Amino acid sequence: MSAQPFIHLAGVAKTYGKGAKAHLAISDATFDVMPGELACLVGPSGCGKSTLLKILAGLHPHDAGTVKIGSDAVPFDPGRDIGMVFQQPLLLKWRTIVDNVLLPAEILGLPMKESRERASDLLALVGLKGAEDKRPYELSGGMQQRAAIARALVHDPKLVLMDEPFGALDALTREKMNLELLRIWKEAGKTILFVTHGISEAVFLGTRVVVFTAGPARMADDFRIDLPHPRTLDMKTHEAFGVYTRRIYKLLGME
Amino acid sequence: MPTLDDRWTRTLMAVLSHLALLLVWYLFVRFGDVPKFVMPSPVDTAATLFGPRAGGYNWWTNTAVTATEIFGGYAFALVVGVLLALAFTWSKPLEALMMPLLVSLNMIPKVALGPLIIVWFKYGVVPNMMIAFSICVFPILLTTVRGLREVEPDLLDLVRTLRGSRWQVFTKIQLPGALPYIFSGMKVAAILAVAGAIVGEFLGSDKGLGYLMLQVQVTLDTAAMFMAVLLITVIGMLLYGTVLALERAFVVPDARVS
Repeated sequence: MSAQPFIHLAGVAKTYGKGAKAHLAISDATFDVMPGELACLVGPSGCGKSTLLKILAGLHPHDAGTVKIGSDAVPFDPGRDIGMVFQQPLLLKWRTIVDNVLLPAEILGLPMKESRERASDLLALVGLKGAEDKRPYELSGGMQQRAAIARALVHDPKLVLMDEPFGALDALTREKMNLELLRIWKEAGKTILFVTHGISEAVFLGTRVVVFTAGPARMADDFRIDLPHPRTLDMKTHEAFGVYTRRIYKLLGME
Repeated sequence: MPTLDDRWTRTLMAVLSHLALLLVWYLFVRFGDVPKFVMPSPVDTAATLFGPRAGGYNWWTNTAVTATEIFGGYAFALVVGVLLALAFTWSKPLEALMMPLLVSLNMIPKVALGPLIIVWFKYGVVPNMMIAFSICVFPILLTTVRGLREVEPDLLDLVRTLRGSRWQVFTKIQLPGALPYIFSGMKVAAILAVAGAIVGEFLGSDKGLGYLMLQVQVTLDTAAMFMAVLLITVIGMLLYGTVLALERAFVVPDARVS
């Protein structure tokens, strides 16, 4: 593991609009993410966590501060090293599952034969072996989101940005997908930024949690989660888990 | 025991309901003491097509003319409707300029344009095609515009992070996504095209099934009028069936817009 951070943010701020209509979307975002970390960004609606994801994806420019992705040891190409997963799977209805997974490879013009093999391997990794030729409507919401995760990995990006990927799933499926994500993260060895409303989800998944507060939107805290890996569901009842969640509740003024 | 999910059972039931209507029609005329000039029996109607006097109606020519008007006007509307919609998605100013105008034009009852079209272009196959075109271009245009607009913003973000081109967005996401909408407009237009062509023939023509209906009306040859209506319906069903078959081939079941 390199000692240099993979993502370095210092004083990042972003305001939408001008004058009286100006709306502060994010401020004071200062934190580092090491290569291979799973960092969770947690906070209420309107705290700027999704804005930060868009800034990292290069979709929106930031007004102030420093955003640096990549290091000497792990160089980063913003045009091809980002995978994205959204709250909705957003699979193309008319494509088979494997062809959906292949979309980023097609856009980047990667060699199709290798990409197809990789897509098959990834579908096996996310637990969708044998679903290659199915259409999205034949899969449940959780299954579709698994396919969306495979799609985010197919071009072998160095950074995967996830914006509340399990927010639309029922509670049980969500717990299951949390365990699955940890397994996929371990095997794929990617740096993941995971945006969520769920405080216990953030502590359970993250190697690091960055807390944001709304009104005004700003970053409030950034700390490591020193729970052992692999994580198991019974860790949620451990003393240490409670300490972390209470710390976040306190920051969000929900004590 | 066959169930309703079975395709053959469903086809059989559809055939049965059609035959039942035919039977009710036959029995009604046979035992209802209905004069032939009010309602001919199915047998009388069929006789106009197969009987000794069939030659006088020029069925083949008249049907071919009407079918040409319907299919021609429809095909033209499909090409123009889709191309205009494409132009609008490529140029926002063009859409802002033209779309409100087209919505206003759509409010004109196209049938009312018939007499004008005949003044401008005389009567014949081409003016009737134009009436069919004017009536079915709008549903195709409007649904295609709507379909091309229906792109998830997050999906656009995904393509943008990979530096995908506008052309890639269009061919991989926008156009296939719009197909179900285009087909829903095409289905509506298929029914309108038939009405447009027949209205054109009523207003002024010297060939076609609509023209024939006006001719035989004078002599109260109701059986021939029935036959003409049947043939018009068959042309319409052919067009609609073609659209349905294309939809089946190109649109996955889940994505179809009814």
